Amino acid sequence: MATSALRLENVDAFYGDSHVLQNVSFELGEARMLGLLGRNGAGKSTCMNVGMGLLAARRGAVTVFGEDVTKLSPELIAARGVALVPQGRRIFRSLTVRENLLVAGRKPGSGSKHAPWTMDTVFAMFPRLKERASQMAAHLSGGEQQMLAIGRALMGNPRVLLMDEPSEGLAPQIVAEVMATIRKLKESGLSIVLVEQNPNLVFDVADDIVILNTGGVAVVSTPAALRQDDALLRLHLGVF
Amino acid sequence: MIDIFTGGSKLRFIALAILLVALITLPFWVTGIYYINVGSQILFYAVFALGLNILVGYAGLVSLGHAGLFGISAYATGYMLQLGAGHGTAIAVALIIGVASMAVFAVLSLRSSGIGFIMITLALGQILWGLAYRWISVTGGDNGISVRGRPAPFGFSLSEPINFYYVSLIVFLVAVIMVAIFVRSPFGAALMGTRDQPRRMNALGYHVWMIRFYACLFSGLLTAVSGILFVYYTNFISPQTLALTSSAEVLLMVISGGPGTLLGPIVGATLVVIIKTVVSGFIERWNFLLGAIFVAIVILVPEGIVPGAIRLWGLITRKRAATPTASAATTERTP
Repeated sequence: MATSALRLENVDAFYGDSHVLQNVSFELGEARMLGLLGRNGAGKSTCMNVGMGLLAARRGAVTVFGEDVTKLSPELIAARGVALVPQGRRIFRSLTVRENLLVAGRKPGSGSKHAPWTMDTVFAMFPRLKERASQMAAHLSGGEQQMLAIGRALMGNPRVLLMDEPSEGLAPQIVAEVMATIRKLKESGLSIVLVEQNPNLVFDVADDIVILNTGGVAVVSTPAALRQDDALLRLHLGVF
Repeated sequence: MIDIFTGGSKLRFIALAILLVALITLPFWVTGIYYINVGSQILFYAVFALGLNILVGYAGLVSLGHAGLFGISAYATGYMLQLGAGHGTAIAVALIIGVASMAVFAVLSLRSSGIGFIMITLALGQILWGLAYRWISVTGGDNGISVRGRPAPFGFSLSEPINFYYVSLIVFLVAVIMVAIFVRSPFGAALMGTRDQPRRMNALGYHVWMIRFYACLFSGLLTAVSGILFVYYTNFISPQTLALTSSAEVLLMVISGGPGTLLGPIVGATLVVIIKTVVSGFIERWNFLLGAIFVAIVILVPEGIVPGAIRLWGLITRKRAATPTASAATTERTP
């Protein structure tokens, strides 16, 4: 595998007294896409929150390009090139589209190998956002809000992008658009963790797959191998 | 009037120009010094409300201790003048003390948000009120501090009500421009981001506490400026100025006008000052009237007068657009 962009190593995390992640370990290679699958409550979003520093790991280690960020606050992890597209979009509803992007603007770090993302490049990727630049974000459709959430994360010029269920609640046609965008981002060399409940979406774009079950890593595999193993998917995802 | 908020940029520009001309010419069309003084009060209370609105409207932090900060800069001005300092020195010291006090307020109260922030600012405001009452050697206790004389920059004496009005107007316009630039800047957008989703701002790489701290300092600066204008207007400062009712009054200005808008606090300040000064001359229980108006605002336009007016105007215009007028129908039928 290529250089490690993000690594969770024997991570245990808690919500209060609830032991949510148990000894979770996985690794995202540089310029690769890792699909993180699992049923509701399996711990996928918690992994994203731990990776972003929004939830502190009580045990284990989180590293970003080899640097230990376990004890760092979210703003310091963001400064090291990690961005999160959160579940439910969480855009700033009272700000305009342009302001949402402006707020997230950050110069690329010294380790960045990509052309910097600017307002113009984000608008070039999502022309619909440009048309609505002066509109309040609250007035966007679900798909447009998702584009804005992705655009906002890109404005931070990340090296690692964590995407938490970007297809959630969207119409099939919009899901296809969002997935096409994710594919383009992967081709641009960004390291991406894609959290999804629908394995078929992930299998089409991911290089590696991790399946979580009840707070632990159950399977580490590839899309090609998993497509052949219906029994395993049924066991851990229960959707086939 | 509504077009100020909803019309195109040309209409908005014309409406603002008319408002500006009205403010500049006010001493020529109001009858008597009394109303010019009411105009001055509206202007410096509007600066106070704009300062509080930075926290309440844009940062989502409700402060119930701002009268303490307003009072502390007023006391600092009075005390410095009592010590024999010049007006320039007194104003500079009052500004520094006002902003420094806000910094202390912020360090203590930003440990929390929501109800915790309200309670800490309330407690800090009450401490300042208590100090004003009990630290008699500095504050004069219940007797307060009388200020003799007003500045006369370039021979333009502020003892003349019209001159005081124009200085207040200049300060007010500068404050409005500063707030407008602040709100439209990337920092303003970041501040609103911390109000709406502090965790998300954190994940975007922002130090939420620091953003709120800077916002507090800006709010403190505007509050200190209005406190200085107040003490020069009344030539007197007493503990009553720092009381909880004063904090509630300015909060009422912000909430009634519309928090998180530029025009809202100005409209709120106008409403409260007019009821307090003009209407109280006719109605003994003016507090009752103020309360009734506030209740009506909460019921009819809970978002405040300015955003409420925009919403109602939008409803009216949409209704008009949806209903074809008789003349339009006639035109369609005419060959």
